[in-house]
Amino acid sequence: MSTAAAGHHEHDDHGPAKGWTRWLYTTNHKDIGTLYLLFALVMFFIGGGMALIIRAELFQPGLQLVDPLFFNSMTTMHALVMIFGVVMPAFVGLANWMIPMMIGGPDMALPRMNNWSFWIMPFAFLLLLSTLFMEGGGPAGGWTLYAPLSLQGPDSFAFVIFSIHFMGISSVMGSINIVATIFNMRAPGMSLMQMPLFVWTWLITAYLLIAVIPVLAGAVTMLLTDRFFGTSFFNAAGGGDPVMYQHIFWFFGHPEVYILILPAFGIISSIIPTFARKPLFGYASMVYATASIAFLSFIVWAHHMFTVGMPLAGEMFFMFATMMISVPTGVKVFNWVATMWRGSMTFETPMLFAIGFLVMFTIGGLSGLMLAITPADIQYHDTYFVVAHFHYVLVPGAIYSIMAATYYWLPKWTGNMYDEKWGKIHFWVSTVFLNVLFFPMHFVGLAGMPRRIPDYNLQFADWNAIATIGAFGFGFSQLIFVYVIFKCIKGGAKATDEVWDGAEGLEWTVPSPAPYHTFEKPPAQYS
Amino acid sequence: MKSNPHLLLVGKLVTLSMAMFAFGYIVMPPLYNIICDITGLNGRTNSAAVSAPVGQEVADRTITVEFVSVINSSAAWSFKPQVQTMEVIPGKTYTTNYIAKNLSGAAAVGQAVPSVAPSSAAKYFNKIECFCFTRQEFEARAEKEMPLIFFVEPDLPRSIDTITLSYTYFNTGEEPENVSDS
Repeated sequence: MSTAAAGHHEHDDHGPAKGWTRWLYTTNHKDIGTLYLLFALVMFFIGGGMALIIRAELFQPGLQLVDPLFFNSMTTMHALVMIFGVVMPAFVGLANWMIPMMIGGPDMALPRMNNWSFWIMPFAFLLLLSTLFMEGGGPAGGWTLYAPLSLQGPDSFAFVIFSIHFMGISSVMGSINIVATIFNMRAPGMSLMQMPLFVWTWLITAYLLIAVIPVLAGAVTMLLTDRFFGTSFFNAAGGGDPVMYQHIFWFFGHPEVYILILPAFGIISSIIPTFARKPLFGYASMVYATASIAFLSFIVWAHHMFTVGMPLAGEMFFMFATMMISVPTGVKVFNWVATMWRGSMTFETPMLFAIGFLVMFTIGGLSGLMLAITPADIQYHDTYFVVAHFHYVLVPGAIYSIMAATYYWLPKWTGNMYDEKWGKIHFWVSTVFLNVLFFPMHFVGLAGMPRRIPDYNLQFADWNAIATIGAFGFGFSQLIFVYVIFKCIKGGAKATDEVWDGAEGLEWTVPSPAPYHTFEKPPAQYS
Repeated sequence: MKSNPHLLLVGKLVTLSMAMFAFGYIVMPPLYNIICDITGLNGRTNSAAVSAPVGQEVADRTITVEFVSVINSSAAWSFKPQVQTMEVIPGKTYTTNYIAKNLSGAAAVGQAVPSVAPSSAAKYFNKIECFCFTRQEFEARAEKEMPLIFFVEPDLPRSIDTITLSYTYFNTGEEPENVSDS
């Protein structure tokens, strides 16, 4: 052991442990960040495969490939995998890698708990995915697990609930770690308002996670006892109320959708100033807008439930509260546009993904505003219009921000530049197919095609065939992403420490690739 | 050096997450029921008997009360209202019956759950006596006539001229206690 050496040299860089147990026992924030990101990448392809099964079945009207029960469990699993297995772990992975380096801290505050937070995830997802091979199949009542439908499924439901408990424990532990890191590990003299926006958005996201994931845990625990232990939380015969499940679920669910997008706002706020070569326009307003969005997310949940028969006053309240969210979100979009205004812009791959995010996330935001209008929502509810809306905010929103972040920081992680040509091809092919995939869903949705149904009326056939072509194109073009990452890890042109021309922030002051331990001595520029 | 600089903060955050679990699991369900009972949301009506109106204040109009019955898909029952509709003067007390029959070959326990539409009428619809307040025990293939005594409050908003009362009948799945095996 190198304990003797560590006593003598301040900058003793002993590097990672050898062998595969390095990854099992690691408490290093960079290793754990890498594990999270690789886990998310694997799950991205599993969830994507499920999406392709769904789209293949919907290529033509009628039932061709899979039986309806399996189709339903595909829609359910696709959502659970993409939300809890891809977007959330990828953001946590980026937080692990970047937050200590951005605030000049040596590691996360609670490194051992960090190891636990990650290693719970693969087991949780093994549990979740194994239900597909159990008697009666996996969960098929939609990812929202609405009672009473979800309670009528097979006994494998217990595994689904436990896997959600595990994911929740992992997320809450990860969030506590992030909050502790941000409050206690900042470089001496760095005030909260000097933190990069990625750190700010993650701080707020972590609080959202700590506040709402336990509510989800409570809701699924009620489902568990209703299904197996004879309680009647949601069982009308025993005095319960199924609509109450929807209220509790969406009290979690709406903050959850901001959990899936706030870190993306932070990433975009890092990338656009770099490639516009201007500081971010309106830093303070970005922070306050993020906090406002987080606050509003707690008082809009019933806009997912406009059709359950709420009184008019309730529908009006949730309609206006929902529309109010477009104010802070609009502040952000205009700030990004203003940052680019008269900047000396270049369009490397991260910037392309960031601009793609800006344009297409705003399309999803506008369709969200349409859905917020209660009388209109009664027609849109549970149609493909809703599917188009949330895929526009999640795929070119959350997923594009993760890809932008990967291209942006990959040279810092690996020490090599990625292949710019293939990065750009990845962006353009993805963007074209993505719009071929999701834009027609607006049309079939407005015409009345319901979601989560394996068959559909003949009138929707053409647009569905086009969407399926887009789905396969988008799915397979993600192999380019894997190729670029793999190639960059293997080698390539050496990256400089600063990597990007206009990049600002502490992470660019350390060497590329970032050494195993950074900022063991805190940076001095803030004190 | 003090013990662990993160201990206080982590303790607070863990407490917050525990409190939110308790809020979701322990506080929300009763809170939801209280809110629904006060406001009559979800078409929920009184679940315990109210006394008959005393003032004999009667509205100068009639409204239609429709009776609907729904059988939960898992229950082998026949369940029907005796009359489909009644013309009702708000403020007066009325009596009607629902007829339920256990179609299965075994004794069973049933429970009716009421709902009123439109939900804004729920708090004006009062049940003095209702079979939905208790469970009913049935012998195999037994039939029962089950009474409902109700009145509609005279200050029912003028915009409402029809109230639909719907009962869903459930098999509670419990073992009957007082039914003999004959």
